[in-house]
Amino acid sequence: METKALIGEKDNSNWRELKNKLFFGTVVVLATLTISPILLIVYTLLSKGLKQINFDFFLKVAPDTLQAMTAVRNGEIIPGGIANGITGTLFMVLIASLMAIPVSIVIGIFLYENQGKKYANLIRSLTDILQGVPSVVLGLIAYIWIVQGVTKGFSALAGSVALAIMMLPLIIRSTEETMKMIPISIKEAGAALGVPYHKIILRVMIPSGFSGLMTGILLSISRVLGETAPLMLTTLGSTTVNFNITKPTSAVPLQIWEFYNNPNMIDLVWSSSLFLMAFVLTLNIIAKRISMRYS
Amino acid sequence: MNEQMLQVSNPILSIIDLSISYGEDKYAVKDVTADVKRNAITAIMGPSGCGKSTLLRAINRMHELYPNIHTKGGIKLNGDSIYEMSTTKLRRKIGMVFQRPNPFPTMSIYENVIAGYDLNGSKLKKSEKDEIVESSLTDVGLLDEVRDSLNKKGNFLSGGQQQRLCIARTLAFKPDVILMDEPTSALDPLSTAKIEDLLVELKEHYSIILVTHNMSQAARISDNAMFMYLGELVEYDKTKKMFTNPRDSRTEGYLTGKFG
Repeated sequence: METKALIGEKDNSNWRELKNKLFFGTVVVLATLTISPILLIVYTLLSKGLKQINFDFFLKVAPDTLQAMTAVRNGEIIPGGIANGITGTLFMVLIASLMAIPVSIVIGIFLYENQGKKYANLIRSLTDILQGVPSVVLGLIAYIWIVQGVTKGFSALAGSVALAIMMLPLIIRSTEETMKMIPISIKEAGAALGVPYHKIILRVMIPSGFSGLMTGILLSISRVLGETAPLMLTTLGSTTVNFNITKPTSAVPLQIWEFYNNPNMIDLVWSSSLFLMAFVLTLNIIAKRISMRYS
Repeated sequence: MNEQMLQVSNPILSIIDLSISYGEDKYAVKDVTADVKRNAITAIMGPSGCGKSTLLRAINRMHELYPNIHTKGGIKLNGDSIYEMSTTKLRRKIGMVFQRPNPFPTMSIYENVIAGYDLNGSKLKKSEKDEIVESSLTDVGLLDEVRDSLNKKGNFLSGGQQQRLCIARTLAFKPDVILMDEPTSALDPLSTAKIEDLLVELKEHYSIILVTHNMSQAARISDNAMFMYLGELVEYDKTKKMFTNPRDSRTEGYLTGKFG
């Protein structure tokens, strides 16, 4: 080729092309290996869990052992569902959100407004540490604080507190990052109109960063939806639908654990897992959509 | 006052021995004294970092948002010291337009224009709001262009239209003074020309202080001009006089392109 003649290069283009292809092939193989677990998980859950998914699954509480055993023996699908778990999960996540979201957003804005200041840096580091605390430890703490201290027994409140503590660092950091993305000129526009500081934050900054805040909140919710260990230590579980904050409550991950321990209900393990994963996945997709739509 | 500087009778704004420093003794603005003429465009020119933006921001006290700022001296608006007013009141009287158009992204065009009232919690009747929005948009020549999309968000507007929207937002308060921090530096030449024409129209009712990097812009539209260098006000004179016969060699050097 002409260019080669010009730069006086030896004709080794075949070897270079081969190297390129080898490298490309390796990358494709490794990338496929990376995504194969998720594909296998989805396949397993669908093949084993789908047959249990029906209206009853969402509307009825978990069956007792006898019902399950009878159904398994007759080769029928197991009656009942996970209504107590779904309602419990939604109830506790709702309460956890009510506790965690306002506090985290305020702290996140504080960190954004005080970049480089010592106290803010300290809080930021502590937030990072909190994010690293194992969830079972948070469960223990909630057990001491709430189960022993407040409700004198396993309760939805204790579970919510444990989940709320887990949500804090996630929302705090996403709030701070979101605020950093908003052009400073928007804030200045507010200040130049003589708008007081708190109103600039509430009516200019937070609406401008709404999609970012929403994304952070949804991701933090999807993060705690599947938490099992802290709930075992705090809400214990329940065979009925419960909306009393001081009473033990069920949750989907807790039910998966209970089903797992009962040989007759093994099919429900798969369907509950399928539901939980679909739920988390949906939240993640919505979060991604929101952040794409408004960025 | 330095006799060589421009003397203005009945000034709208008097800057008196104003010094602004960051930290210990890094002065952004040093001993600036100047009177600003009513219903005129006063340009502030100078190379980057000469303190012109800081001086401009001191006039509506936006510079107080920077950390570690020290201000000495004073500024009087129609004879009243601005450091004795609340910033809310002051910024109603002294509006500001920024380098890049910065309409509030979450608000409609209508809401943007009325934002100054809404965000400050003024309770206006719908008819009063309509009137303010209409007259402000008319003043900046934007009403016909956006009449059908007043309730849409402003992000489909061109940069020049957005900047005019920001000017309308400032005009909504009927301020005494409008501060402009290089309002056309992010715009194309056509939009720039429109904004320049607008400023010349606006000076009938408002006093405008314009920071600009663009010497020819200052020459085209300003009545008076300040030249700042390293925080000092080097020269302040009628624009024509300064461009044809500058008194100070630094001004001449800057205007002839020797530095800056």
